[in-house]
Amino acid sequence: MFKYVKQLTSLVAMVAVLFTFTTESMAAKKSKTLKNTQKKGFVRCGVSQGLPGFSNADAAGNWTGIDVDVCRAVAAAVLGDANKVKFTPLSAKERFTALTSGEIDILSRNTTWTLSRDADIGLTFVGVNFYDGQGFMVRKSSGITSTSQFKDGISACTNIGTTTELNMRDFFNSKGIKYEPVAFEKADEVVAAYDAGRCDTYTTDKSGLAAQRTKMSNPDEHIVLPETVSKEPLGPVVRQGDSVWEDIVRWSLNTMIEAEEYGITSANADMMKTSDNPAIKRLVGAEGELGAAFGLDNDWSLRIIKQVGNYGESYKRNIADTGILPDRGPNELWTKGGILYVPPAR
Amino acid sequence: MNFKLKDIVPQLITVTAVVLVFGFFTYNAQINMENRGIDFGYGFLSQESSFDVQFSLIEYDGSHSYFRAYLVGLLNTILVSVIGIIIATILGVIVGVARLSPNYLINKFAAFYVEFFRNIPLLLQIFFWYFAALRALPLPQDAEAIFGVFFLTIKGLYVPAFIWQNFSVFFYSIVAAIIAIIVIRIYAKRVQENQGKQIPVFLISIGLIFILPLLSFLIGGVGISFEVPVLKQLATTSFIYEGGVSLPPELIALTLSLSLYTATFIAECVRAGIQGVGKGQKEAAASIGLTPNQVLKLVIMPQALRIIIPPTTNQYLNLTKNSSLAAAIAYPDLVLVFAGTALMQTGKAIEIVSITMFTYLTLSISISLLMNWYNKKIAIQEK
Repeated sequence: MFKYVKQLTSLVAMVAVLFTFTTESMAAKKSKTLKNTQKKGFVRCGVSQGLPGFSNADAAGNWTGIDVDVCRAVAAAVLGDANKVKFTPLSAKERFTALTSGEIDILSRNTTWTLSRDADIGLTFVGVNFYDGQGFMVRKSSGITSTSQFKDGISACTNIGTTTELNMRDFFNSKGIKYEPVAFEKADEVVAAYDAGRCDTYTTDKSGLAAQRTKMSNPDEHIVLPETVSKEPLGPVVRQGDSVWEDIVRWSLNTMIEAEEYGITSANADMMKTSDNPAIKRLVGAEGELGAAFGLDNDWSLRIIKQVGNYGESYKRNIADTGILPDRGPNELWTKGGILYVPPAR
Repeated sequence: MNFKLKDIVPQLITVTAVVLVFGFFTYNAQINMENRGIDFGYGFLSQESSFDVQFSLIEYDGSHSYFRAYLVGLLNTILVSVIGIIIATILGVIVGVARLSPNYLINKFAAFYVEFFRNIPLLLQIFFWYFAALRALPLPQDAEAIFGVFFLTIKGLYVPAFIWQNFSVFFYSIVAAIIAIIVIRIYAKRVQENQGKQIPVFLISIGLIFILPLLSFLIGGVGISFEVPVLKQLATTSFIYEGGVSLPPELIALTLSLSLYTATFIAECVRAGIQGVGKGQKEAAASIGLTPNQVLKLVIMPQALRIIIPPTTNQYLNLTKNSSLAAAIAYPDLVLVFAGTALMQTGKAIEIVSITMFTYLTLSISISLLMNWYNKKIAIQEK
């Protein structure tokens, strides 16, 4: 009896070891998330509940924005079609749980990269697609032109579950101003309450202020104060523990930025295959085997550029042409005075 | 032996199934959290929260711990529930009785109120009171004073604060009044049992509760003054009231919608309770010479309450749980502060949601136990 048990145990152990090896070698090429995505046929992407320029759905349910374009780029790279994305609108409060619980595979929702978020809660930030900072919006009629004019008793509307809530405290504390924080769960409710006069100021990322201003009953009555009180690098996030998927998302974003640097656009991408510059040829898949590292074919980056466009095109289409922030500021390429600088694709 | 086995086996299967299911979920969560590098633990409760809360009953700011933030949220939830339950009960009883009124106008008005408010989703009502009604309120600088001292504005209701002198004397006078009332009630009961004489306890009680505190003002040296809110300018068009007490509009909107909504259900409970007492009871009571007041107090109400209390308990529980909708309008209740901001800042989803669920469970069970105790107390005592 005892002998059989022993034999059986060793058999089970052998099978287990064998199984581990086979799955291990496959995981090297294909991540679990990648495999699931290809099986499902769409990329599961978490976005905001409506922030013009970043992620916003029109009346027909079509999503646009620079955050949306990151997910579309991944879909183009992985599935060959930038439209194969399933968008899940999430509140600031829900977003991380949705990602860690596996409901979505990319969180591209104007999310600030911070140490505690990156290290603590099972998330990995893959890059920055918008450099932002927190600002304040006030009514023009208030006569306030600088945060130095804020006085004790000021009420500030904002979202819960954001870095904004923490920065706001740091800011008012450092100035020694007593304030009343009024924090809502949804951005639309923040805007409605501020617009109604519940709060003296509305604070969030400056890009968010500029975007939400377009939703107010009379946008011209409000101004965004010049001061920036925090660093808010916004970027896409993935679950911790799937480094291949992490790399795919990171390099999909990097491809868009590097394509702009080399002047490759959705219109001229095919022609660039015959370029003399090897860096350009690598980006459009005419040289090297860059996709193999992710378990993708060699045209993955070409598809991103052709179907979604480079970062500059995405910015122009979503943020500049919509009048939200015509000036790219820090979000200009490093070669043009901005701070967009990505590692080379080679 | 057979009989025993038949008894035990289903129990054993049930227990095993429950343990297995619970164990599976725990194990599953553990494995998944480990894979994703999420730590589990309640240590974060003692860390500095570093976020502020708009409205708090205890002293709190971002330098306090997450546990303190939890207490802030819990107390705000209890505050809105208690105020809501009190208003809903008073309103519910009035409307419930009004529905039985022979007066056509009162009767129909009460019926309209009940049908209107109980058939609109609560969240919609909260939004209505907060966003629609709030927008109609004036800005602080345009607000007209109510009785010269109250200001109802878009930023909240500002009321004067009391400033007491010798508050303790006033407090003791009230305690003395309450003790005196209890003594008189006991005495009155004894007199009635021994001599059949009735003492107007109610009138005496009312007199005591007013006269004793009044005396404390006249001869006890108790003084009271008011701190009236004063308009303060923050910027050209931005004003606020300073001094006094300010009630945030979020609290007002939430209390209003919760009590108006729940009062409709309580009104129906009250109506059902009164109608549930047989007509013969009233006639029999009248025939032995009780006055209409005595009929209501001694015959109708004790029987009606037995029907009213259990369903009303459900409504109290509903109100408490519904108060979690506060998150929609920025009232810093338990869900907004703890299961909202704190969850986001720490990322401890399982820990915080479990604490929050357990807290609501405890709150609900406490209300339930209290009401069950009261129900038992007024139930028929079979002799």
